[in-house]
Amino acid sequence: MASLNELTVRKVADGLRAKKFSSEEVTKACLERVEARNKDVNAFVLVDSKEALACARGIDKEGFAKSDSVLKGVPVGLKDIFNTKGVRTTCCSPGLRDYVPPYDATVVERLRASGMVMVGKTNMDEFACGASTEHSCFGVTKNPRNLSKVAGGSSGGSAAAVADNMCIYALGTDTGGSIRQPASFCGTYGLKVTYGRVSRSGVTAMASSWDTIGPFARSVEDIALILREIAGHDRRDMTTPDVEVPDYTKVLGKGVKGLKIGLPKEYFGEGVEKETREIVMAAVGRLEREGAKVVEVSLPMTKYAVAVYYISMPAELSANLERYDGIRFGKKASKEASGKIKDLVDQYFVVRGEAFGDEIKRRIMIGTYVLSAGYIDAYYKKAMKVRTKIIEDFARAFKKVDVLIGPVSPFPAFGVGEKVNDLLAMYTADALTIPANAAGLPSLACPCGVSTGGLPIGLQIIAPQFKEGLCLQVGERV
Amino acid sequence: MKISKETVRHVANLARLGLTDKEVGKFSGQLSAVFEYMEILEEVDTSNVAETSQVTGLENVKEKDEVLSWTFDGSVAGAGVRCRPAVALREDLLGASELPVESNQILVKAAIKKQ
Repeated sequence: MASLNELTVRKVADGLRAKKFSSEEVTKACLERVEARNKDVNAFVLVDSKEALACARGIDKEGFAKSDSVLKGVPVGLKDIFNTKGVRTTCCSPGLRDYVPPYDATVVERLRASGMVMVGKTNMDEFACGASTEHSCFGVTKNPRNLSKVAGGSSGGSAAAVADNMCIYALGTDTGGSIRQPASFCGTYGLKVTYGRVSRSGVTAMASSWDTIGPFARSVEDIALILREIAGHDRRDMTTPDVEVPDYTKVLGKGVKGLKIGLPKEYFGEGVEKETREIVMAAVGRLEREGAKVVEVSLPMTKYAVAVYYISMPAELSANLERYDGIRFGKKASKEASGKIKDLVDQYFVVRGEAFGDEIKRRIMIGTYVLSAGYIDAYYKKAMKVRTKIIEDFARAFKKVDVLIGPVSPFPAFGVGEKVNDLLAMYTADALTIPANAAGLPSLACPCGVSTGGLPIGLQIIAPQFKEGLCLQVGERV
Repeated sequence: MKISKETVRHVANLARLGLTDKEVGKFSGQLSAVFEYMEILEEVDTSNVAETSQVTGLENVKEKDEVLSWTFDGSVAGAGVRCRPAVALREDLLGASELPVESNQILVKAAIKKQ
């Protein structure tokens, strides 16, 4: 039998109800795994074992009623971008190293109401900016399948924690691929939801028209269970429409017979490694044998998505990060620098210069530049128009097919340090995940094979807005 | 497109971002490469294409006009460790600042020089 920390959400929930084990025992198993592995993997940046165990014991004492949430007493890891009241939340930025939020994010509040047991906060690229979790003030998260490789990013800590059985499930954020790419690199499931499906209130904003929140888990059924708990309208996030949250588990077991799957030829072209292509195609072949109809489609705007993203996202990011001035929260100026501060404007320069790492500084400058007088039409508005054309690409494709399938990443996990000094190589690593964010579509990353080098390969299933159920229905059969 | 050191300094000034001379040199080279890459968008004909600023078609979203309870409703979460106030208190919010607080205000350096 698998150790308790290796179980799925469903199995933990069933076991707790059948009194096979307690939440405290599952939590202890997870914490032991963290103790044994985190020094190598660096998935967690904060763990409070005492609090987690106390919380689990409290929940065990209450017991498990039929009406209780399936997540009650199930240990979770939260990306360090979710505000957790009273628990340090840093976005892995030097400027927020000691920040303790005075309130919970809406999703955290919902999980608390469900009976959350939090193992800890997981590592990420600073302010979710990166594709490798190498831009963190707490150091790199390593890929648990091969410690010389990156875990992907920006939600690398959450992906590695789930893949390495340090928690039962985790939450992350996906702005340009930050859930799906690390899920695929580490070999877990990860769902990027429809834009607005899950409330972003209390989650540090990166690029507000692109940001989404979603789960990492070890089965499609778990993803369905978690999504049901976190999705839905929130009065504190005006971008969450009042669209019904279905019971996502109802689609499970339906199979793929009769479904039309589109393969965007641009997702299998130049730049995609041969082995990745072959492993994804083998999985598609299995779906075809189960009765799915597979057709080739074209999304000609795919090759422009990275450029659109690296204009629009930094523009929004630079505006969102304007609030980091070290006044209401975050680090004030260091002792050495504070002598130089004469007035308020000086204070902004000093605090912001110290607060942000290189990648954030670069993106703030890209964003400020594309929004500045004389350049806003050439860059920002142009990108917003091409974004419209990306959306039209998908709309045309979804007239012909139910879902689209392609690789998550053109290649499996790359080496630590391999791309960190090559900006464009790092930016284009997200070429296949960005388009779904541009159009606000849900996309599920599913493990579908292993490379000859022993690294996981993942495919993504993209569906029309608010059709997360379709992603899950197909994902279950991958 | 080349991003000169002068442009980097100008943009950093707009963004109120303190950079060292070394950083200015480094970012000038790196950002030039990024903006060169962006030129790919010139290939796309966007005449008569509308700009997208949001993707789910929401317009003029307003809150329902209703009276809300400002204290946490314990019945939602049940008892125990999960019952925490949902609304941040003034003291908590002010407590998040590292700067001195006086009569509910955070003290900062003067924005305007004294005459």
